[in-house]
Amino acid sequence: MKLVVCVKQVPDANAVRRIDPATNRLDRTGEGALNATDVNAVEEALRLKEAHGGEVVVASFGPAKAVDALRKALAMGADRALLVSDEAAAGSDLVATSYALAKALEREEADLVLFGQQSSDSDGAVLWAAVADRLRRPMISQVAELGIEGASVRGKRQTEFGYDVISAPLPAVVAVSDAINEPRYPSLKGIMGAKSKPTETLTLAEIGVEPDRAGANGSRTSVLGLGPPPAKGNQVKIDDDGSAADKLVDWLAERKLL
Amino acid sequence: MTTLVFLEHHDGAIQKGSLGVLARALAVGGDVAGVVVGSGVADVAASAGAFGVGNVYVVDDPALEAPLPQPRVDALEAVVAASGAENVLFAASVLSADVAAGLSARLDAGLNWDVTDFSVENGELRGKRPALGDTVVVDVAWTSTPRIALVRSGAFDPVETGGTATVHPVSVTLQDFSTAARMVEQLQEQATGPSIEDADVIVAGGRGLGSPDGFKLAEELAAALGGAVAATRAVVDAGWYPYSTQVGQTGKSVSPKLYIALGISGAIQHKVGMQNSGTIVAINKDPNAPIFDFADFGVVGDLNQVAPKLAELVRARRG
Repeated sequence: MKLVVCVKQVPDANAVRRIDPATNRLDRTGEGALNATDVNAVEEALRLKEAHGGEVVVASFGPAKAVDALRKALAMGADRALLVSDEAAAGSDLVATSYALAKALEREEADLVLFGQQSSDSDGAVLWAAVADRLRRPMISQVAELGIEGASVRGKRQTEFGYDVISAPLPAVVAVSDAINEPRYPSLKGIMGAKSKPTETLTLAEIGVEPDRAGANGSRTSVLGLGPPPAKGNQVKIDDDGSAADKLVDWLAERKLL
Repeated sequence: MTTLVFLEHHDGAIQKGSLGVLARALAVGGDVAGVVVGSGVADVAASAGAFGVGNVYVVDDPALEAPLPQPRVDALEAVVAASGAENVLFAASVLSADVAAGLSARLDAGLNWDVTDFSVENGELRGKRPALGDTVVVDVAWTSTPRIALVRSGAFDPVETGGTATVHPVSVTLQDFSTAARMVEQLQEQATGPSIEDADVIVAGGRGLGSPDGFKLAEELAAALGGAVAATRAVVDAGWYPYSTQVGQTGKSVSPKLYIALGISGAIQHKVGMQNSGTIVAINKDPNAPIFDFADFGVVGDLNQVAPKLAELVRARRG
């Protein structure tokens, strides 16, 4: 079984994140990391490979340095990595990103394409559905329990109303919830071995993406400007000396909240 | 300018989030129509009239019974073609996010997500989207039509106006791949007490409650206030409280008048689900908990002392 996991490099959680006012884009020059919930998708792919055999490929669309994030996935146990990187791709929105990623995935002909739950930099949780539509494959999202049964994939997921169990024939696209597993840590052997695993970097032209379909040209959304968040009113913070409940109930009553 | 609002429904009722987006779209102006997709949903579609929308497009097909996103992309594609809509708005949910994103790819139409407000300037839709942990607000736009927006749930309240809607049936040919996934089973979770989407007061509990038993503190206070009990991701994952009460990024977004957070640190995943609440009160023993950064009233103290006393005082005041 061929499994392709789509991952993203995001600014490190401990780094100060900023949007570059000149470009209105996220500043990606600082320390990067493999997006946390993508690690769950890599882990799930490795478990499926361990149970059913096959190959785990990690794929990313991003700047050249995103290869570091791919290497982390290789250290966990993925077999090879694919990076689509091109200066013309900077600023790609969902329309452009899903188009390029689908082009790259078409070459791989995976049985199962996996995504993590959400990117920590753009808070996006939409890419899988767009990619699945472009690949014309069935899709299950927010999956918290995943199994392969013959030629089908079966996922259990949480919704606002309870649980769904959804089945789809392979090939399919699945986005996993971060509740699905506890990812392994790369072993020292894995980290050393990652350096010698095949890592391919492709340009947009090499995967057949026309110049007008990538970056700002291929995008259908724009950022006009940035502003501060709405200001909070007067905040009160007290230490409980035994009277906090009395003070709070008075405060609530003044605001007619009781 | 025609704006479509996707009206998600469950058990025969249009979701509050969708009706909130509808209310905002009607206030913004232009030609607003609803879209209802499902099986046997003519009554659901007609019910939208009470919320001020005069026209509702309906795609009604037995194959649309299960709430799965991909056939809904086919349906929305057909409605956009039939209506010539320039804007398609969704209230964020597990289902709607997938429908909106699929439609974005299908039509090569721009999608802005996590939109907390929108307006029309010079005939064009504009949106506001908080980013980087809500530390900045990004002004977002679209460079072509149709424009698709996923609105953060709880951003707007429904406005009941009375009225009736004309239902416009639209037929659709579903794609093979869209109907390949099928719903095997749906398990409903029955929460007790008022639902957190509808409550004016929410008392939410986190890890700081210490144990599943600790939720009795939250339940007692919620009962005193006539409110609902909610929970954080961490305690739902730990099995302390049902998922249907989970507030946050992977749960529900709520906007009650009063939100009381008990033993909740206020991680960003939780914050995005409750920051639109009218008034936020936090009780936590850790003075450095991030929740104090955005709470209107913070108490640094022991929950086991403060919460029962608060419940007692509230009961006394409310008689």
